[in-house]
Amino acid sequence: MTLEVALRAEAPIPLDVAFAVAPGELLALVGHSGSGKTTILRSIAGLWRPTTARVAVDGETWLDTGSGIALPTHRRHVGVVFQNYALFPHMTAAQNVLAAMDRPDPAEAARLLDLVNLHGLSDRKPAQLSGGQQQRVALARALARKPSALLLDEPFSAVDRATRERLHAEILALRGHLKMPVVLVTHDMNEAQLLADRMLVIEKGRVVREGTTAAVMADPDALRAMGIREVAALLPATVEGAEEDGLTRLTTAAGPLYLPGIDSPPGTRVRVRIMAHEVILSRCRPEGLSAQNILPCTVSAIRAGEGPGVMVHLAVGDDEILARITRRAAGQLDLRPGDAAHAVLKSMSVARDHIAGATHD
Amino acid sequence: MDWTALTLSLELSAWTVAILLPVSVLAGRWLAYGRFRGKGAVEALVMLPLVLPPTVFGFYLLVAFGRNSPVGAFWQETFGHQLVFTFEGLVVASVIFNLPFAIQPAQRGFEAIAVELREAAATCGMSPLRSLWKVELPLAWPGLMTAMVLTFAHTLGEFGIVLMVGGSIPGETKTIAIAIYDRVQGFDMRGAGMMSAALVAISFSAIAITYALSARIGRRLA
Repeated sequence: MTLEVALRAEAPIPLDVAFAVAPGELLALVGHSGSGKTTILRSIAGLWRPTTARVAVDGETWLDTGSGIALPTHRRHVGVVFQNYALFPHMTAAQNVLAAMDRPDPAEAARLLDLVNLHGLSDRKPAQLSGGQQQRVALARALARKPSALLLDEPFSAVDRATRERLHAEILALRGHLKMPVVLVTHDMNEAQLLADRMLVIEKGRVVREGTTAAVMADPDALRAMGIREVAALLPATVEGAEEDGLTRLTTAAGPLYLPGIDSPPGTRVRVRIMAHEVILSRCRPEGLSAQNILPCTVSAIRAGEGPGVMVHLAVGDDEILARITRRAAGQLDLRPGDAAHAVLKSMSVARDHIAGATHD
Repeated sequence: MDWTALTLSLELSAWTVAILLPVSVLAGRWLAYGRFRGKGAVEALVMLPLVLPPTVFGFYLLVAFGRNSPVGAFWQETFGHQLVFTFEGLVVASVIFNLPFAIQPAQRGFEAIAVELREAAATCGMSPLRSLWKVELPLAWPGLMTAMVLTFAHTLGEFGIVLMVGGSIPGETKTIAIAIYDRVQGFDMRGAGMMSAALVAISFSAIAITYALSARIGRRLA
């Protein structure tokens, strides 16, 4: 059920991309507004037709300008969550979900609404629902189509931050149910990193960087293209429990990690986004330090970028964290690949929305 | 009270609405969604009856429907009688004259539907026809309702065009507005007053019902 996409167009914006998304894989298209990422999504859905294009899913060709195939949107089994949800205002939540089914099945609609945690709200009109609830209805409606590809167009941009964090966690929890290729369009690198397996960085209609989220986020060039200085690594961790002073204790491959309060119950697996410029490196284990997290690690690579900084890749078990330090500091510490070091991290340097709930694996 | 004239007017209004409902859905939707050259010209043409004096418009229709015109000749050949000074002629004239009253509100109704909603309908697997039925018509309904009530009330009171195209044949083309004029000419002020009051009452109820209905729909959507 792989989604294959190859698009080329000159107007209204230049576009030249080709990629594939595997079943169950979540691919994030990230880029500035106007980079063409939403146009790519619309082309897959059939809401826009590029000059030259091929879109195929699971062997079924949706669009092939070469052989003149162009299935209209309503004949493509595609689920789309629009930026502003585009729920039908005259229908209840349940009716919205039923509207996307070829054979309306109220029991299935109820199951989908339960799946997105909307139990008991099925008779509400969109206007009677909060932004987060509307977003969940939109997701249930997209899934009701039994899509061969699920497309999410900036689905979290219209809700407040607290709701967004909850929705992120819910999407991750849902991942087990999503057997189809999923394409997420977002301009939020943090969101992409928390949710996606793989990323395409889109700039002026072209793919400037492609790879796993970890690889892209560790690549200063890709991030510079995004106008982002903050390189970050994702460290898998498991919630252990709340400490008396409000911190949450987590375990990682490098030992315990203390972070500001996380709501998730003990045992929840999370991904913690650690900003490279927040990490301090020390040769020996420092003492008399206010920072709560001192993680033993091994230097795996040192990459010089432009200017006075270097990026130090640190192996922590099978995982990796990144430290962005000055070239001078790297010289003073005489760091070389294979050296042991300690990564120092302030608890308060990890923002709440840099921790995503229950991972899918 | 000239009941024949009142019935005739109601019939004329009903026919005009019945014909213009599908026309306003198709044309209103086309003008609302369509992006094409000459759209402004089409819109101006539709609005023309609104600014032309009914007598001028009626004069042109009279010429166009006459036996010497292609339309009039075609009608004569097909139906065996001429188009002017008949009820059918009135209906055709009324339909044309009411185009702006029907199409404009319908167009606004369809324009009020966000593009994403139509796109969402397509991604939900709805064919264009199903999308029209399930999504667009329920949402454009207030506009269509306004269009039909305006058309109905406007046809009921139309005078100039009816006189030009239909003349004043009792039971065929003598509508209530013409009847009122005849009564005034004959110094029957009481009769004219009664019929005028009836016209006011009918028009007022029609508009009151629309407002009540659209308010209810508004509440349903909110």
